[in-house]
Amino acid sequence: MAQADTTGEHTMRIHLTSVFVDDQAKAERFYTDVLGFVKKHDIPLGTARWLTVVSPENPDGTELLLEPGDHPAVGPYKDALVADGIPAAAFAVDDANAEFKRLTDLGVRFTQEPLEMDTVITAVLDDTCGNLIQLQQLR
Amino acid sequence: MEEDLFKALADPTRRRILDGLVERDGQTLFEICARLATDHGLGLTRQAVSQHLAVLEAADLVRTRREGRYKFHDLNTEPLEHVVTRWLRPTPPGSTP
Repeated sequence: MAQADTTGEHTMRIHLTSVFVDDQAKAERFYTDVLGFVKKHDIPLGTARWLTVVSPENPDGTELLLEPGDHPAVGPYKDALVADGIPAAAFAVDDANAEFKRLTDLGVRFTQEPLEMDTVITAVLDDTCGNLIQLQQLR
Repeated sequence: MEEDLFKALADPTRRRILDGLVERDGQTLFEICARLATDHGLGLTRQAVSQHLAVLEAADLVRTRREGRYKFHDLNTEPLEHVVTRWLRPTPPGSTP
């Protein structure tokens, strides 16, 4: 296969990524009030919303879409990932241990406490909307 | 049961899984895989790790605990205690322990 052009003219950017959430209203609260993201878009879309959040540090950066998980394949997919402890997304933090403490105090459930691995400290939490989320502190 | 135990312990990867559980009990499959990959550079597939865990469970060295939607793996050292005491010299009568 031909190599992609990486000179800049045709590069792609990761602009939006998504997690399937059980309940958009609950997800909005968790991702903003608890995790600390800020809402970027909230557009009515039929029975659901085009609901995205961004990091307050980078409001024009990558958006996370809190996508309704009502497709019949989503439930079994999420259940299988959660049972094995596999995160649906990963977010960067400055201090994984401090975040673990802050979020635990807020009642957030972690399936993996902070773990030092080579160049990264990771932890895995439950977003209360059917997903596990990994926190990553790059060292 | 005894055969299962020795078979389980005969494999270095399975012993490393147990090492990891000594450091922290109650790991998800994801954490077990992550530890094997980063601590030991073992690039095992998730399926391979699952199979190792099944062997450890058959020997009762690892117990699986379901907690709501999560599944955690705990270390159980009881079978090892039986193995160790089997060959230890019994304490002679009259001696102080």
